[in-house]
Amino acid sequence: MALERMTRIIGTVMHSTKEYVCVMQLHKPVDEARLREVLGEFVGEIYQKPPLRSSVKRALRTRRIHKIDLLEYDGRYALLVVDCDAGTYMRKLCWDIGLVLGVGAHMRELRRIRTGPFRENGFLVRLDDVAEAVIRWREEGKDDLLRKVVVPGEYSVCHLPKVLVRDSAVESLTHGAQLAAPGVAAVEESVEKGSLVAIMTLKGELVGLGKAQASASEILEAEKGIVVKPTRIILERGLYPRMWKPRRGEAGVG
Amino acid sequence: MEEGFDATREGEKFVEDVKRICGNTSRLLKKFDEPTDPRHGFIPKMRPLDVYLRYGLVVVDKPPGPTSHEVVAWIKRMLGVERAGHGGTLEPPRAPRYSG
Repeated sequence: MALERMTRIIGTVMHSTKEYVCVMQLHKPVDEARLREVLGEFVGEIYQKPPLRSSVKRALRTRRIHKIDLLEYDGRYALLVVDCDAGTYMRKLCWDIGLVLGVGAHMRELRRIRTGPFRENGFLVRLDDVAEAVIRWREEGKDDLLRKVVVPGEYSVCHLPKVLVRDSAVESLTHGAQLAAPGVAAVEESVEKGSLVAIMTLKGELVGLGKAQASASEILEAEKGIVVKPTRIILERGLYPRMWKPRRGEAGVG
Repeated sequence: MEEGFDATREGEKFVEDVKRICGNTSRLLKKFDEPTDPRHGFIPKMRPLDVYLRYGLVVVDKPPGPTSHEVVAWIKRMLGVERAGHGGTLEPPRAPRYSG
């Protein structure tokens, strides 16, 4: 869960892709080769209608399945690892796989192992860990546990390509300006035109998210022009000095 | 921040930490090799606690039973923050819940 400032991006970041381990039970045995073939057919865009008991509108929608790995299969139970878009119903997926196989199938067990960049082994904390950290802080004045339980929100943009900006561009961005080429300090090589990017300061603070208007190599070469259009701003105003001159119709920052 | 503190280097280290979490290995290519002024902003890990919490994230292993909203409300109260939201949990089990 995200606190205060970070609530602004949790949707974008956490609703990206998820990875599940699931046990699918087939109602009649099929060939492993046949099963693998059908699983392969489900990789890519699929149509799903949300189940009866769901919190979203029940309209047919498309979701992308990025990967399905078959870990184990004994003719009845199939252990799968599925990497998919957020909002993909695994129970539905198992059911549909059963339909295509012609024998029927349903989901027996499910565990999510990754949300966005967070794997289950990394920073996962239990409620009592939070309580313990808060008590240590309140009663002993030590914030070491609290700083472990709560992680910098910046961790959530691990997987996004980053554009680092110079100190001089930060304050204008927090006031709604677009990012121009001279304001860029560094860019991750994976940035492509149209990519969702994380805009960060040279200290690693997340300024916000934006859409790249050019590729990494073009951004490196460019002397002027807008290179990133911000879509969400996280960083508060007033942390960095105001560098721009008051001028009407100013398009970007540099 | 303290005198003699190399904010630029610490910032680079932090960005590398962020990338390491999910095994992002793509390189950062420099356009302007310029330092950052330690007087403005913070290295995220070194923010004062109140600021640190406001820019924070808790990755919760939610127990079955309470809803995500309930868990968010509890943690919010424990941490004394005003706003919080969650990024989703598992689809609920279809098996009926037995009482008693």
